[in-house]
Amino acid sequence: MTASTLAAPRTLTRRVSPAATLRHTATLAWRSLVQIKHNPMELIDLSIQPIMFVLLFTYVFGGQMTGGHPVQYLQFALPGIIAQNAMFATMNTGFLLNTDITKGVFDRLRSLPIGRMAPLAGRIVADTVKQAWSMAILLAVGLLIGFRVKTNIGGLLLAFLLLLAFALAFSWIAVLIGVLVSEPDKVMIFGFTTIFPLSFTSTAFARVDTMPGWLQAWVKVNPVTHLSDATRGLISSGPVASPVIKTMVWGVAIAAVFAPLAVRALRRRV
Amino acid sequence: MTYAIQAEGLVKRFGETVALNGVDLTARAGTVLGVLGPNGAGKTTAVRILATLLRPDEGRALVDGHDVVREAHQVRQLIGLTGQYASVDEMLTGTENLVMIGRLLELSRAESKARAAELLERFELWDARDRPAKTYSGGMRRRLDLAASLVGRPSVLFLDEPTTGLDPHARGGMWDTVRGLVDDGVTVLLTTQYLEEADQLADEIVVIDHGQVIANGTPDQLKNQVGGQVLQVRPVDERDRETVAGLVSVVVGDGMQVEGDLVTAPVTDPSVLPTIVRRLDDAGVVVAELSLRRSTLDEVFLVLTGHRTESTDETPELVIEGSRA
Repeated sequence: MTASTLAAPRTLTRRVSPAATLRHTATLAWRSLVQIKHNPMELIDLSIQPIMFVLLFTYVFGGQMTGGHPVQYLQFALPGIIAQNAMFATMNTGFLLNTDITKGVFDRLRSLPIGRMAPLAGRIVADTVKQAWSMAILLAVGLLIGFRVKTNIGGLLLAFLLLLAFALAFSWIAVLIGVLVSEPDKVMIFGFTTIFPLSFTSTAFARVDTMPGWLQAWVKVNPVTHLSDATRGLISSGPVASPVIKTMVWGVAIAAVFAPLAVRALRRRV
Repeated sequence: MTYAIQAEGLVKRFGETVALNGVDLTARAGTVLGVLGPNGAGKTTAVRILATLLRPDEGRALVDGHDVVREAHQVRQLIGLTGQYASVDEMLTGTENLVMIGRLLELSRAESKARAAELLERFELWDARDRPAKTYSGGMRRRLDLAASLVGRPSVLFLDEPTTGLDPHARGGMWDTVRGLVDDGVTVLLTTQYLEEADQLADEIVVIDHGQVIANGTPDQLKNQVGGQVLQVRPVDERDRETVAGLVSVVVGDGMQVEGDLVTAPVTDPSVLPTIVRRLDDAGVVVAELSLRRSTLDEVFLVLTGHRTESTDETPELVIEGSRA
């Protein structure tokens, strides 16, 4: 046995500095991203469902939607598909957080002298990187089969920023679910049962004026509508200011409600 | 005398369930404190409080003189925790797991890698260092978990059921490791359901049942506390068993048991031995075995709690707590 574990007298710090918390967050984000090196399938997993959606909506539904012009429908639907995908992808945060909690990794991290919020922040930073990746994939596939950015590069960047910001706000819901449920798979069940209806009852895939009046009332306030319209306006065509502002208001509201709930639930659970 | 762990009157409730109901624990620096008890006794809850993961509802606890609630950050700089589950990141390799901990503990990249390599070597994980932990066997994961808790050179180490689920060989290896750590000056708090483990490793044992300390002392003191010794008599001829049982119960009193041809009874007064010998001689019984031995911790536990340590409920304690919270 070496003397390596011998407890040396040490000076103890009294608190974690904000700079240290940032370093811990970066380390924990690295931890979530370096996994991709061992499991490149994860990147493909992140991409395969969105790609299938793009192809399905374009070539199966697209023709019927536009009277035989699938690419014309792609031009309309791709911003919606990107918006919907961003919302689904937030569930990963809840899934992986719950995995950490149930497997005891979270306990190990919390027993270390690191910033209290670093484990969660690291998770969210890593998932935001993955979000950006899957948005880029969707856009690339869209461009490959005929989608065209009709605004400019600035609009495209703003669209990505808005999507990432909204996803960040929405991921507080995923964090809350991830903390509350007993096993990771339940996060995914929640995701499918809420995000599916939420994203389809919006303007992501169809124009609101084609829907019955009672549905229009809901669709017009649905945050996914605003996010889809804003994305559409920023990268294709349509109004920009109004949907962007409404999306931001929704994002702030969601974060204001769910971030405190999620943090409180996390403190209680662990 | 310096205490590395001092806890007084710890109470923790989860809703209606009282997980801890006034538990006191002390461990002298550089010793092993064994916390012994069946599943659900409150062992894990006590460890989680001491490791700053859970706030006690009542009572207080100090680790190396620092309050686990008010000075949690200081305590976290002193402790290492190895949970009941191998809480390593399964997607990361052995090296990456340890480097991550090193980086979180503010070691430089180079220091983290050096420390990781040193621990991987020491725990015989060097050959598996570049494989994701999910490919590791149970024993390897447990070793990696322990290595992870040693990255920061803790002075107090919490081991929550470190050998549960390990085969006897891996268990023996873990025991050697714990002894080595104590030689290095580390204070260890170890929870276990295995009496043999507490007997082998602990300098002091605290027996917990239903959230309360029901006994404490050195392993020897605990054994003495319940009669101390066990008389065993095995007649050569099995037909003499009834005769033997009859006269043993007359001499010793309560507690006599017959298993096969072996008659056992707890004994407090060692002078019964000559009496038994005389009576056996008078009755003309020839014995194959006649001995007085120390009671095992298993017997101690049976006397203290009224039930055996074997638990039919294999659900890990932590999961039950998680769903309660």
